[in-house]
Amino acid sequence: MISIQNLNKSFGETPVLQDISLDISPGERIVVIGPSGTGKSTLLRCLNFLDTPESGRITIGDLAVDVACASKADILGLRRRTGFVFQNYALFANKTARQNITEALVTVKGMSRADADARAETILRETGLEARADAYPASLSGGQQQRVGIGRAMALDAELMLFDEPTSALDPEWVGEVLDLMRKLAETHQTMLIVTHEMQFAREIADRILFMDGGRIVEEGPPTQLLDAPCDPRTKAFLRRVG
Amino acid sequence: MRALDVDYMLELVPVLLGYVPLTLFMAVVGMVFALILAALMAVERVARIPVLDVFVRLFISFFRGTPLLVQLFLFYFGLPQMLSFLTTINGVTATIMGLTLHFSAYMAESIRAAILGVDRAQWEASLSTGMTQAQMMRRIILPQAARVAAPTLINYFIDMVKSTSLAFTLGVTELMGAAQKEAAGSFLYFEAFLVVAAIYWIMVEVLSWGQQWIETYLNKAHAR
Repeated sequence: MISIQNLNKSFGETPVLQDISLDISPGERIVVIGPSGTGKSTLLRCLNFLDTPESGRITIGDLAVDVACASKADILGLRRRTGFVFQNYALFANKTARQNITEALVTVKGMSRADADARAETILRETGLEARADAYPASLSGGQQQRVGIGRAMALDAELMLFDEPTSALDPEWVGEVLDLMRKLAETHQTMLIVTHEMQFAREIADRILFMDGGRIVEEGPPTQLLDAPCDPRTKAFLRRVG
Repeated sequence: MRALDVDYMLELVPVLLGYVPLTLFMAVVGMVFALILAALMAVERVARIPVLDVFVRLFISFFRGTPLLVQLFLFYFGLPQMLSFLTTINGVTATIMGLTLHFSAYMAESIRAAILGVDRAQWEASLSTGMTQAQMMRRIILPQAARVAAPTLINYFIDMVKSTSLAFTLGVTELMGAAQKEAAGSFLYFEAFLVVAAIYWIMVEVLSWGQQWIETYLNKAHAR
């Protein structure tokens, strides 16, 4: 069970997250949509403390953290229970595709090199990257880099995977392969929280869609309800704009 | 004008080459210690640990702000008068100490700049996988900073090889000291110092090939 209660965050005087509360069931896939600058990415980044939230509670499995007084151990704990997929991939530039996957398994999880390599082998197969296993990020296409990025997060067996606009930086030709991989991942009942502008993808993958505006969750519901029959005028206006 | 005594120079080459190992020894040991110290100070300068930061900045300021020769004299002739356990310090040790401290101050600043030059996304990606700050530095950030800093650091190493000649002023018979002694016996100063200049020059040229190799190695992740 994952639970976010009354999460607040501001940059200076500007509030970016206001009283965000959200419960996520195991295996649930939640997509967050909304205009740019409304705190969608900040919400994800606050969940694993890439940005520091100001107040609220985050509970992931057996770890409950009051964010205002989170200790170093709490922060590491949250990060180790979540996997993060970045918009711009952010692969370790000094590591091959395989090493990107094994790095945290060895340094963070303390796995033996042999076990980590075996795990990487499986992930590389699942992501369709066996042939590029020993390539460095600089020589991979955007789509391949993002698949490694997802693989790196998958390897950690996180209770929650966070996707921060995983296809926004990609050339259109690579978007399909990344979304396909995410669909495959969804079939394994991985719990996922996804920020995306891919409305068609959101419709097919989400159990629930959240619409955020002005740092708040304005409206939420299953895709058919939220996308086809939204209640709030702001949701309606946004959906009209993105067509 | 008299003619160059080529025969004397040729005689001198094997004699002086015998001192190359000592020169390289002082430079390599100094470099290893300087690199370790510089990396630690650079990480500290980035992390800005309270109190410690003041000391590191003072250290860098002093060792960049005073001549190496002055520092060597301070260590070799000055400090033993104040600290009795240092009276047995020999010239080679004092030189290595001086080179270490002096060059670590310069290298710390180069490494610090290289660390700050590593893309912010690399830091976030490391932390997102649950690494501690120390793991992130060791595994992801420093290796990438090394690539950026390498040309500058190798330049400092080359400078360090040449700076070992100052050990001569502490009474160490190294390359420069040996040349001086030879010249004092033969009065052929020009020949002796020309040979010694050539030996330093060739050493540095060889090191420059090594630089190419190191830079290619560090760039392998970035070749397309």
